[in-house]
Amino acid sequence: MSTLKSFLRHPTGMIGLIVLLAVVLLAVTAPWLFPDDPWDMVGAPFQPPFSEGLWLGSDMLGRDVAAGIAHGARISLIIGVISTLTSLVIGVTIGATAGYFGGKVDEVMMRITELFQTIPGFILAILLVATIGPKISNIIFAIGIVSWPPLARLTRAEFMRLRGREFVQAAVCQGQRPLTVVLRRILPNAISPIIVTGSLAVASAILIESALSFMGLGDPNLMSWGFMIGAARTVIRQAWWMSVFPGLAILLTVLAINLVGEGLNDTLNPRISRKR
Amino acid sequence: MTAVSVDAKGDRVFAIALALAGWVIKFIAVVLVIATFNFILVHAAPGDPAQVIAGQSGASDEKLLAQLRAEYGLDKPYPIQLATYLKRVVTLDLGYSYRQQRTVASLILERLPATLLLTATAFSLALLSGIILGTLAGVRAGKWSDTVLTVVSLLLYATPVFWLGLMLVLLFSVQLDWLPAFGYVTIGVPMTALQRMVDIGWHLILPAVSLAAVYLAIYTRLMRSSVLDVTHQDFIKTAKAKGLKQGRIIIRHILRNAMLPIVTVAGMQAGALVGGAVVIETVFAWPGLGRLIYDALLQRDYPVLLGVFLVMSVIVIALNLLTDAIYRVIDPRVSVRAAS
Repeated sequence: MSTLKSFLRHPTGMIGLIVLLAVVLLAVTAPWLFPDDPWDMVGAPFQPPFSEGLWLGSDMLGRDVAAGIAHGARISLIIGVISTLTSLVIGVTIGATAGYFGGKVDEVMMRITELFQTIPGFILAILLVATIGPKISNIIFAIGIVSWPPLARLTRAEFMRLRGREFVQAAVCQGQRPLTVVLRRILPNAISPIIVTGSLAVASAILIESALSFMGLGDPNLMSWGFMIGAARTVIRQAWWMSVFPGLAILLTVLAINLVGEGLNDTLNPRISRKR
Repeated sequence: MTAVSVDAKGDRVFAIALALAGWVIKFIAVVLVIATFNFILVHAAPGDPAQVIAGQSGASDEKLLAQLRAEYGLDKPYPIQLATYLKRVVTLDLGYSYRQQRTVASLILERLPATLLLTATAFSLALLSGIILGTLAGVRAGKWSDTVLTVVSLLLYATPVFWLGLMLVLLFSVQLDWLPAFGYVTIGVPMTALQRMVDIGWHLILPAVSLAAVYLAIYTRLMRSSVLDVTHQDFIKTAKAKGLKQGRIIIRHILRNAMLPIVTVAGMQAGALVGGAVVIETVFAWPGLGRLIYDALLQRDYPVLLGVFLVMSVIVIALNLLTDAIYRVIDPRVSVRAAS
């Protein structure tokens, strides 16, 4: 409860939370606000903003930009959250194993992590999606595969820190199984920095998704912000609004998530974050 | 954190040799792992691997498919296939693009200079300006510069790199008409070598700035706090007590120590920078490897995609090597570490 209270008193964290809630609200209400398919032509093409019924204008095929943004919010948030959960599962498993067992296991796990950090992740994501097909589940999988290394490193560091503490040693001496020790004793104490890094990972997942769909690798059945910008790129001289508004939507959403993440960091790990 | 100077030349040579050996091993490991990745991807793709290698254009040609199966040993067990593939990669045979009717290696070689120019420019721009701006902000730490820096870096950190590029085009090319919006060099104008270089540099400004912007913001912020950290350390007090001039303290003592974490972070972010180059090249029609990926994607030209992935990973390792070398040069403690 005190955590919640101190978050509510965190000014930038609260701004972020309000903006984020607005985006979530937009995503949830998109089917009611814009009941038509965002792919449908609803007016004349190349209509500037504040035209009749099209307050963010229309694109080169006469689709409503505002409807695209509202429906795109769903896709961005869904992909951001689920792909982060995927990378959390991979990263926490690898980091926890490395940090708990140490020694040779740690060595091998960290080499793998290092390797994944060397590989240009975005290009690997492109390859993965191009190979297994641009379906939303494949995009989530690809983003998860390239985003786990920082989470693994963080989890490993936390586990190594907690591994030698008395309450963990006591649990081990009582003969509790490693899995029990890891899940019931260590993980709960390591969870707050993981939550913070995870929340920031949602933001970077949204950025990767937008870049993928900008490159033409989005799910062809789902309207997304990156796709809108990619499609409008060639007509930017005539129609700025088609690329400006979806980009602002990405910027605002990612910024809001980052602010919430930093706010969480300040309230959950006050001693670490107050260093400066 | 004290800069103890242990004069041990032998130790330093040994440390460099050790580092080089480590890099060679890392290099080989990454190349082999990526080649294996590529191999798995070809087999994970829907359809017959021979069809994947041939690409859309060659997939209907039975004769070509049979030839590919023989060449890659696709009827043999997986380990042998993998070994055949790795052998090809090690001998720099990256395959053949049936779509473009050229070897992948020649396609990549042709595009490599543009990508190297873009990534190297963006990387050094971000690193150098980040260090300079961060030092300035750190030395005169005040509320004002702190707030501006924080806001700008927060904003840039949330901006998709391709969108930033488009917005810069909108401002500097469409509205102000100061800079070219896309391309590498002006086409159809006869130019001397010098004019051509200037022209390329002119075209380079927008892509390099868009690619570097977010890293520039991160490094400036990091450098600022690093400078503040170092400034409060005892050896700086000593330097001040010795009566050294402010400028000398900043350059010799503060800068050298404060740069270390930024160089480390820059090395870790090399992969992200190279990934960003792919998107930026798409935005600016920059004729490099990223643009090659984009075209290959549209045509599902797998040999090209896989080859570019390999080469771009090698570029990341090269950038890592570069930051490691910079670190060794500026780290005042490196000889001590070798001795311990």
